[in-house]
Amino acid sequence: MLRDVAAIGAAMVAVGASFGAMAVAAGLPVWATVAMSTVVYAGGAQFMAVGLVAAGSPLAAVLAGLLLNARHLPFGLTLGDSLGGQRWRRLLGSHLMTDEATAFALARPVGAARRQAFWLAGVLLFLAWNAGTVLGVLAGGAVGDPAALGLDAAFPAGLIALLLPSLREPETRRVALAGAALAVLATPVLPAGLPVLLALAALIVPLVRRRRSSGTDAAADPDATRDATSGQVVRAGEASC
Amino acid sequence: MLIAVILALAAGTYGFRAAGVLLRDRLDLPEWSRQLLPIGAAALLAALAATAALTEGGAFAGYARPTGVLVGALLAWRRAPFVLVVVAAAGSTALLRLLGVP
Repeated sequence: MLRDVAAIGAAMVAVGASFGAMAVAAGLPVWATVAMSTVVYAGGAQFMAVGLVAAGSPLAAVLAGLLLNARHLPFGLTLGDSLGGQRWRRLLGSHLMTDEATAFALARPVGAARRQAFWLAGVLLFLAWNAGTVLGVLAGGAVGDPAALGLDAAFPAGLIALLLPSLREPETRRVALAGAALAVLATPVLPAGLPVLLALAALIVPLVRRRRSSGTDAAADPDATRDATSGQVVRAGEASC
Repeated sequence: MLIAVILALAAGTYGFRAAGVLLRDRLDLPEWSRQLLPIGAAALLAALAATAALTEGGAFAGYARPTGVLVGALLAWRRAPFVLVVVAAAGSTALLRLLGVP
């Protein structure tokens, strides 16, 4: 587990360094560059914000960054008390929530193992990102291009590896694949952040199925059963149109 | 101005992160929606992986990156160690770029 997190951590140091070097080169003061990695701590939003601030649109930088980070809300809902029982753990752990820390945690069974995975990944990746940023600020142009090292392929591959075990479950697999397809198709036409959120639309199928089945469970009395049946007849009729 | 941008981004991002975690306690979610949460998270992570693998700035990312990710995904599917998955994905993409593949 530690070795797995370290592999992603190493990639994060390098990408953090490229953020630090890029931000300083774009004219951001050193304090602002370091502060961003510490208090915002969201790679994609940071790169985007520096670009938009440098282009003279600070408001767009905030809105685009927040749109990109809205996915953390459903992540938090799913993780819930996997951050720990005490309130301070939830408040502090929330700040350490990233895509990777979430993926490492959700790859473990609910309980102590998941909590441990979240904190290990959360703390190590936070340190890696911030150490990388400082290195990049210090090294400036001496930082190489992370694309030359293929690091842009490392993150999606790591996410897929962490996700694979849960994709063995057929319903999760169908929803995840449909969501991924929706997001990719929407990427050229929607602003960054929205396509990924659009993946949640794929939940409609299991949602409808569950509501329908819970409706049938509740239908113990004959009237309700008749209603449910006629409802299905209508649906079948629509389908044949 | 810059400090306002950083603080707004920090507060908003933390708000999203903490809101989900804290709401989970307050909301008395029915069982069926509790079952859907991990499925939704898997869909979000899959969408992140797919868009990060295939696109850059709203357009196709080129061939080197998706090929590297595919190498990593195949290794993960064959249950290779996680470190090998990550290193092989990055290495394949780096090698392809070295050979001039976009």
